[in-house]
Amino acid sequence: MTHVYVSSIIPAHANTVWALVRDFNALPQWTPFVAESRIEQNVPSDKVGCIRAFSLNDGGRIREQLLALSDYDMSCTYAILESPMGVENYIATLSLTPVTDGNVTFAEWQARFDCPADREAELIQQIGTHVFQAGFNALKRQFGH
Amino acid sequence: MARVHESTIINASIDAVWHVLRNFNSHVDWHPAIATSQIENGLPADTVGAIRNFTLADGGLLREQLIKLDDEAHELAYCLLEAPLPLNGYVATIKLKPVTETGQTFWTWESTFSPPDHRKQELVALVAKDIYQAGFKALEDYLGGSGPTHASVHHQTGQGASWSPSYEQIRRHDTSSAGPSALGTLTTQAIVMDAHGGPDVLRPRQVEVSAPGPGQVRIRQSFIGVNYIDVYSRTGYFNLIDPPGIPGMEAAGTVESVGEGVTHVQPGDAIAYACAPVGAYTGLRTMEAELVIRLPRWLDPRMAAASLLKGVSAGFLLHDVHALRRDDVAVVHAAAGGVGSMLVQWATALGARVVATVSTPQKAAIAEAHGAYATVIGRGADFVETVMQVSNGRGADVVYDAIGKDTFAQSFEALAIRGHLVSFGQASGAIGEWDIGHFATKSATLSRPNYAHYTQTGEMMEQQAARFFKAVEERMLTLAEPTLYDLGQAAEAHRDLEARRTTGSIVLKV
Repeated sequence: MTHVYVSSIIPAHANTVWALVRDFNALPQWTPFVAESRIEQNVPSDKVGCIRAFSLNDGGRIREQLLALSDYDMSCTYAILESPMGVENYIATLSLTPVTDGNVTFAEWQARFDCPADREAELIQQIGTHVFQAGFNALKRQFGH
Repeated sequence: MARVHESTIINASIDAVWHVLRNFNSHVDWHPAIATSQIENGLPADTVGAIRNFTLADGGLLREQLIKLDDEAHELAYCLLEAPLPLNGYVATIKLKPVTETGQTFWTWESTFSPPDHRKQELVALVAKDIYQAGFKALEDYLGGSGPTHASVHHQTGQGASWSPSYEQIRRHDTSSAGPSALGTLTTQAIVMDAHGGPDVLRPRQVEVSAPGPGQVRIRQSFIGVNYIDVYSRTGYFNLIDPPGIPGMEAAGTVESVGEGVTHVQPGDAIAYACAPVGAYTGLRTMEAELVIRLPRWLDPRMAAASLLKGVSAGFLLHDVHALRRDDVAVVHAAAGGVGSMLVQWATALGARVVATVSTPQKAAIAEAHGAYATVIGRGADFVETVMQVSNGRGADVVYDAIGKDTFAQSFEALAIRGHLVSFGQASGAIGEWDIGHFATKSATLSRPNYAHYTQTGEMMEQQAARFFKAVEERMLTLAEPTLYDLGQAAEAHRDLEARRTTGSIVLKV
C-alpha cells in the first residue's frame, strides 16, 4: 500500500474554502486539470455514494465515488472506480481545518493505493505534486495568492 | 462544560516543535507564564504519568500530569491536578501536523473543563490568550522562527503503513531532491574577542555564518556551555584562539541545514557537541558534522550544554585513562566541582570507595550527597591519613587531581604501590618539574590526559557521549540545573566563574 500525503495553507477562512470544495461536482471550478465533470444518475453532488465522471484536460476520463462527506469535520473521502492511471484500491481524503490564529486554512490531501512497484515513484510524483499540490496551488490563487 | 480550541502555523519543522513539546518540563524554557518547573520524583520528562510541578510568574502553584504521549501521531494530553483557579476537570491536548508544502507545522491546542458559570468567560479567555496564544508565539520565538522551506510529497509503502504522516520520511525524500547548495550565508549574534585579555574582551557582535560545505552542518544553537578552558583560551594561557576569534567548546541546539554527504544528522535533529575547535559562543555555527552528537530525546538541550563536556571527561577518566574496578579506593579532588561531582557519583556507582576533598563545608555536603565514602575539607596531612584509613594502610588505587601545584605532592603520597596518579588539570598553577625516578618508590603510573585525544574523531566522540548518556539514563549520575546567562552577558559569566561566585555549571542562553 502506498501513501501520499500533502498539506498546505490556504489564505482564506475554512468555511469559504469548504463551500467551494465540498461540491463533489465542482472540480472544473477550482482545479486547473479538469475540463468537465458530471454526476451520474442525476443525483445531488453531496449525496454519499454519488459518482462523478470527469475528463482531464489531456482527455483522460476518470470515475470516482464519494464515500464520506462531513460538514462537521470539513472532509471528504472518495475512491477511484476507473482511471487511466493504473492504480488499484485508491482511496483519497481531502480535509480542511481552520487555523484560529489568522484567517487561514490548514488543508490536507492524502491517498492510499496499490500499484506495481516500478511505477510507485512516478505515481507519487504525479498524484502528490500534479494533482494534490496543484489543486492547493489553484485554491491559493483563487483566494488571492 | 467550557471548550478552548486554538491553532496556529509555526515557522519551524514538526520535528523541532515536537522535540520541545514532548518534553513535559520544557514549558519553563519557552512559555512566558511559567516561572519554575520540575518533574516530581525525578522521572524523565517524557514518562506518561509524570507530574510537572510548576509556579507562575505571580507565584501560583500548579501540578499537571502527562496522560498521553504519541510520537507517531505527534500528540500529547495532560490534565490538571492542582491549580489556584477553578479549572475543574481540565484536560488539554496538543496535536501537530506537518505542512508539507512549506516545512512549517500546524499546531492545535485544545482543552475542556468545567468552570463555575460566573467565571466561565474570564477563564476561557485566560486559557486561550495567556496560555495558548502566548505559548504559540513564545515557542516560535524560542525556536528562532525558521524551518525547512522545501515543498515535498510524503509517501509510505508497505501493508500496515501508518496513516499519520511521519515528517522524517518527508524530509529524507526532500533532502535527496532539493540538494544542499541552495543554502546561503546567515547572520547571527556571537561573542567575538579581538585580543586576549580579561572578561571585557568578550563583546557581542553580528557575524556571518556560511552555509555548510561537504561534511558540515549548520547548527541553530540554543544553549552554550561555559567551561574553565574558555577562560584559558580567552587569556591566551592556552593557545586556542588567534584573535579575532570566538571562544567556547560546548553547545546544544538543532541542526539548521546539512552539507553534502552528511547522513547521521538531519535538519531539525536535536544535537550537541563538546570538542575543539573553539567557536561555540554564537547563535548559529557551521562545523564538521562528525563532531556533532544526536541528543537522546529525554535530554533537554539546556542540560546537555551544561553537562556533555564534563560528563565525557568523567567517563574517559573512569574507563579509559584508568579502568576503575569495584572496591578500588579512588581520590577525587575538588569533588564538588563540575567534573569532580560527576567523578564522585559515577565512581561510587561503579563500586569504588571515593575519598573526596573539598574546600568548604558546603561543598563537603555536596560530595557526601553524591555518595563519597569519606570527605575531607582541605588537602593536607589529614587527607593522606583518611586515604590510609579507608584503604587499610594500602593507599589509593587512583587519584584524580585537577588542582595541580597545591595537591600534586600529597596526591603522590596518598597513592598505593602501583597506584595511578591522573593529573588532568592545574587550577592552582603549574605542577613544576618532578624527578621521574621518584615514581619508582611506588612503581607509580602517571597520566596527563588531554580531552582532545579522547574525543577527536566522530567515532570516539560518539562512544564517549553514548557512555555518558547511558550513565545518566541509568541514574548513575544526576545532572544539576545550570546557572543561565544570556549570550550577550558572556563577559559577566566569565567574571563570576573566575571569582567562583557560581556553583555548578554555567550556560549561556541564545
